Amino acid sequence: MKKALWALPVVAAGVAVARKALPAGRADDRAGDRWLTVTINRSPAEVGSAGKPPAPLDRFGEDIDVRVRPAPGDRGTELAVRLKEPPSALASSAPARLAGEDPRQEVRLALREAKALLEAGEVMLPDSPPTTHATPGGKALGLLARRSGGEGVL
Amino acid sequence: MKALCWEGVNKLSVENVPDPELRNDQDMIVRLVAGTTCGSDLHLIGGYIPAMRAGDVIGHEFIGEVVETGPGVRRHKVGDRVVVCSFVGCGRCWYCANDLWSLCDNTNTNPGIGQALFGYETGGIFGYSHAMGGLRGSHAEYVRVPFADYGAFPVPEGIDDTSALFVSDSVPTGWMGADLAGVKPGDVVAVWGCGAVGQMAARAAMLLGAERVISIDRIPERLAMTEQHVGSETIDYTSTDVAAELRERTGGRGPDVCIEAVGMEAHSDGPMHLYDQAKQQLRLQTDRPTAVRQAIHACRKAGTVFVLGVFAGAVDKFPLGAVINKGLTLRGAQQHGQRYIPMLLERMAAGELKTSHLATHTVSLEEAPKAYDMFKRKTDGCVRAVIRPGA
Repeated sequence: MKKALWALPVVAAGVAVARKALPAGRADDRAGDRWLTVTINRSPAEVGSAGKPPAPLDRFGEDIDVRVRPAPGDRGTELAVRLKEPPSALASSAPARLAGEDPRQEVRLALREAKALLEAGEVMLPDSPPTTHATPGGKALGLLARRSGGEGVL
Repeated sequence: MKALCWEGVNKLSVENVPDPELRNDQDMIVRLVAGTTCGSDLHLIGGYIPAMRAGDVIGHEFIGEVVETGPGVRRHKVGDRVVVCSFVGCGRCWYCANDLWSLCDNTNTNPGIGQALFGYETGGIFGYSHAMGGLRGSHAEYVRVPFADYGAFPVPEGIDDTSALFVSDSVPTGWMGADLAGVKPGDVVAVWGCGAVGQMAARAAMLLGAERVISIDRIPERLAMTEQHVGSETIDYTSTDVAAELRERTGGRGPDVCIEAVGMEAHSDGPMHLYDQAKQQLRLQTDRPTAVRQAIHACRKAGTVFVLGVFAGAVDKFPLGAVINKGLTLRGAQQHGQRYIPMLLERMAAGELKTSHLATHTVSLEEAPKAYDMFKRKTDGCVRAVIRPGA
């Protein structure tokens, strides 16, 4: 019975991934491919501009659209990014996301890293070397952890 | 080095693992002087927080000596004796800047897991599962401390290691419960749980001016310890009706503030306990909220209930009706230690806060699995076992 516990985060993440993979059901032709956004506790001038996004987003060059605007309530700056070329349904399917092949995951990760660099000066890395060893439940959890930075909200 | 590793549900063992390394410029490495068992570790050990991997090092409440600093560390040097907050905060995101450190945006390296479970992830915490960042724990000879300038604090000379150790987690957690619940002079405060966090919440309530503090538990030595060292009144819930007792002791009003310091494996002696345990074992609920229910029921109209105990997921039979109809404020948090630790060390140096009595046992790292077993079963009067890797 205890082993069933492993199912909980797997199911939770699976549901989250599957939900994201569904079309949003709106008339907008970019539905389901919304802007990915992060709020950075810095002024807009420190964050950059649409033409000059902060590192590491700058490496996407002309592949992304960028929006920078002040967050309400003096909460810093909202930085939003979207791929100019929407990913195909296949590329953003649940299996592709689990395999880490949805291009939006890379954008999400870069947004998260941009925020960390601007706020904290570095992207905190996991401990190394690892102390864990392979078990079936551990492998599933490890997969989720590896995909983790590319999922969800920020 | 040697470390205490989680190897599966209810399986702990001391293993040889690679030494931790500096991974970021703002990291430092601390040699452990002492760590302690925490009730919230039991949720990990027992499999109630299902995000552990075999080989994960546990432990999050500790004091140590700085042995290596990254080039970005400004406030610490090799040889410093430091107490380290269990939660890691970057110090500069909106949450840290607003003293809500356990909610840091930049220290959980596995954000997707927390987002799937809670909507938004928490900050990272040492040795507390991959949902909380997957950082190595502190029951080891050495531990890496990220963002060391913000999470580690020098211990003043007059404070001994064992006393300072608890300023890492249990003291600020208890203090935060009383502080964020808004305890003010004249209040009557009830605290569920006479473990370290419950005792510290009761003490904090007194120092914040509460007129009366009433602590609730069933373990005789913990009740006696709370009366003796904290100075609060006590109720043994196995010998009386807690709600009725609280009502009469508070002039029929109920406590102004109720602080729950028990968590997801709560015990009670009523039939509801069997119901909760059965549902938890069948995975129909992840947490047993016995003390939370009681606190909500007992709280005065328009009072505040603060949940300090750790909960991971969903609970059943939650008395939402009492919350809405009595106009309660319900609040919870993981500890924002960086906000309180300097002040707590000052109070400790001034003799206002005492913690050494919590350390009922001291063991070596090799003895830690047995110590956790004793701590879990609350045998031999164990309140906290202090683990000294160098012993």
